[in-house]
Amino acid sequence: MQHYNMNLTLKVWRQRNNKMKGHFETFQVKDISSEMSFLEMFDVLNEQLVADGKDPIAFDHDCREGICGMCSMYINGRAHGPWEQTTTCQLHMREYKDGDTIVVEPWRADSFPVIRDLVVDRTGFDRIIAAGGYVSVNTGNAQDANSLPIEKQKADEAFAAASCIGCGACVAACPNTSAMLFVSAKVSHLALLPQGDPERKNRAVDMVKQMDTEGFGSCTNIGACEAECPKGISLENIARLNREYVSAVFSGSAEG
Amino acid sequence: MALNSKIPTGPLDAKWTTYKSTCKLVNPANKRHLEIIVVGTGLAGASAAASLGEMGYKVKAFCFQDSPRRAHSIAAQGGINAAKNYQNDGDSTYRLFYDTVKGGDYRSREGNVYRLAEVSANIIDQCVAQGVPFAREYGGLLSNRSFGGVQVQRTFYAAGQTGQQLLIGAYQALERQVALGNVTMYSRHEMLEVVKIDGKARGIIARDLVSGELERHFGHAVLLCTGGYGNVFYLSTNAMGSNVTAAWKAHKAGANFGNPCFTQIHPTCIPVSGDHQSKLTLMSESLRNDGRIWVPKKQGDTRKAIDIPEEERDYYLERRYPAFGNLVPRDVASRAAKERCDAGYGVGSSKMAVFLDFASAIERYGKVEANKQGTPDLDKASIIALGKEVVKAKYGNLFDMYAKITGENPYEVPMRIYPAVHYTMGGLWVDYELMTTVPNLYALGEANFSDHGANRLGASALMQGLADGYFVIPYTLGNNLADDIRTKSIPTDHPEFVAAEKAVRDRIERMMNIKGKESVESFHKRLGKIMWEKCGMARNEKGLKEAITEIQALRKEFWANVRIPGEINEYNPELDKAGRVADFLELGELMCMDALNRNESCGGHFREESQTEEGEAKRNDDEFMYVAAWEYKGDSNFELHKEPLEYEVVHPTQRSYK
Repeated sequence: MQHYNMNLTLKVWRQRNNKMKGHFETFQVKDISSEMSFLEMFDVLNEQLVADGKDPIAFDHDCREGICGMCSMYINGRAHGPWEQTTTCQLHMREYKDGDTIVVEPWRADSFPVIRDLVVDRTGFDRIIAAGGYVSVNTGNAQDANSLPIEKQKADEAFAAASCIGCGACVAACPNTSAMLFVSAKVSHLALLPQGDPERKNRAVDMVKQMDTEGFGSCTNIGACEAECPKGISLENIARLNREYVSAVFSGSAEG
Repeated sequence: MALNSKIPTGPLDAKWTTYKSTCKLVNPANKRHLEIIVVGTGLAGASAAASLGEMGYKVKAFCFQDSPRRAHSIAAQGGINAAKNYQNDGDSTYRLFYDTVKGGDYRSREGNVYRLAEVSANIIDQCVAQGVPFAREYGGLLSNRSFGGVQVQRTFYAAGQTGQQLLIGAYQALERQVALGNVTMYSRHEMLEVVKIDGKARGIIARDLVSGELERHFGHAVLLCTGGYGNVFYLSTNAMGSNVTAAWKAHKAGANFGNPCFTQIHPTCIPVSGDHQSKLTLMSESLRNDGRIWVPKKQGDTRKAIDIPEEERDYYLERRYPAFGNLVPRDVASRAAKERCDAGYGVGSSKMAVFLDFASAIERYGKVEANKQGTPDLDKASIIALGKEVVKAKYGNLFDMYAKITGENPYEVPMRIYPAVHYTMGGLWVDYELMTTVPNLYALGEANFSDHGANRLGASALMQGLADGYFVIPYTLGNNLADDIRTKSIPTDHPEFVAAEKAVRDRIERMMNIKGKESVESFHKRLGKIMWEKCGMARNEKGLKEAITEIQALRKEFWANVRIPGEINEYNPELDKAGRVADFLELGELMCMDALNRNESCGGHFREESQTEEGEAKRNDDEFMYVAAWEYKGDSNFELHKEPLEYEVVHPTQRSYK
């Protein structure tokens, strides 16, 4: 792989806090190596800003290996940038050429208020999980793990849904800022397993209710969430959530 | 200070049972009046907070990330060990205990490790009940794999994302308690001081990282579940935010630090590509089951891997360790890679890498596939295509990650790998009840020093974090708090809270007012370089002494010349980081002192002065069979206390993998 250096123009959203208005600011970065990750390019820019006595750009990041779900940049109009099934931290600069201009925004959704610059508040997702995204089993309640055989295909499907990293790209990508892909991934994970069965009706209804309370929009089957999801969470999960929800409401055992 | 490990008396296999049957209990009505602070929400913290909430304690949980689900336990790939013996291959509690003690090179406590092995099976049961989707066989039962050269199959896994699935399980249990009002969650909060009243930990000072405001929180007990300190090396497989701050504040408040020099350097990570590098990424140990590690036989060979014929390749692990080959333990594999690169045989542009080659595995699997399909005479290209499919099914997500980072296709060219800092066995010294030397202050998971001795075996970190949180602390905390049921909540206008908050505020203001010229990042990088070169994979007296002087000088420079932009009372990640780097600059010195004191090689700690004629690690049980517990006495002043290790059941021998 041939490595090269590049100079870039960055247009980045700046917003001091959630009370002040934001704006785009333009920066030039020089000698960016094609081997850097996108966030390492931001590290270089921030070091430059600190050296110049300016405020560095705030952005969320932690594991930098695509699993913690903390990084969250909207790059040239796409959540996590151009690579498929890739988080911002795993996007690398060989995607870009010398002279490119890159526009970087935070997740845009009323339910994800900006904290500073590219950092948003995603605690709404935690509250949705708290509304029912679990199996009610206290520590010590469990019986032997192999006393409950689970069909391999079901277990694999549940795992695929459970691999959601809660980053919020689905919400950012959706024109309606719907959180249905996130909610459906958790409902599916637990609905596919016998452990989740006793609470499945209340779970679907309560999580959807909390999603609405948080102000996330409705799903109109656009599919942008699936296209931008860094973990490839499937739209089939939304179909399953709809079935779970309808069956819960019409069976009368949970309140819609 | 006398160290009392509080290991229960009696036979090894009865210690924990006896303890559980005889420890003091707190009745449910009293639990409602007892407040517990849990700092950190990884596997240890989330499982502890959830379990204690379920029991009825009033819990406050803190994490610096935006959500408890982000803690770095999430990145663990390989698996979790448990002595279930589902494979009927001879596993038992005793064998898991024995492997762990031996793997730790005889520097851990028998009593602790036996308890860990004992509760390991309960962890799997609990996780499955929560809905953790472990890998399964076609019969619907749980699948296992072997790991790290162990002779049994005891590792449970969920693809290459076991840590993620376990953490999500614990996180969901935690959120359930949040919904029930038993746990109050404080995300984007960082603990900056332990508050002690009458000698006991009774709370913390935390900083709200969004507003920058300091907060006082009371607790009858404080649990630190804040992970390891690998980021003292700047480059490691840890998350960017992983830090030692909470543990270091506890240390300065009187908690002894155990074996700080015991660091695990993982042999298979993607190598550094340049000065811009911000972190290193692990390639799971499971790859060594199929990948062969080699370097060219000729020094400074610049040919592409594919152009180097078989007879000009040096499969140095297979050559040096014929019995274990590529599956030697992590510490041995890491040192062997360093030895080859230092001698001038490294590959890639930096020359600090070795090859991990899947070509022969691909061909081998391809032939098996061709036989299965009844076409054994297939041409070589078709066989290789079949083999690639098999390898993809086994390791697809890891190969994809490698390709994204390096831009190279590991199905076509060998991976380039090099060792990187991964885990710290050292940590806060705790007794059998997980209490530090400060009463009512506990440390769980990687934050404590306890169960892994001088080298941790693969798939054991997840086991220990969850053991501490789900199954140990619920008992040991009650045993202590039973004596505290008459202690009312202490108002946070108590002078000790006021003084602790003032100390934190003064330190932050002092740091902000330096207004120097050099960035926090730059100091961190310089510290990392000293640590890696002089307290890394190989250590010697001269280097360690130099490192201590250099770190002292660097620390002085930091406090005179660091530049922190922004304000105190706003969201300011540079300020957060400055506080963490300031603590690393103190910890680094203690690590070097500990490494200097331990003039033997054991596990991940290799002292060049203590090696066999063949260059292998040489332990010195006569002089060093102890836990080094360091007490903070002031700047650059630490007093060593020794907790002797007594082996009643296992007989320590020199490890050999030849």
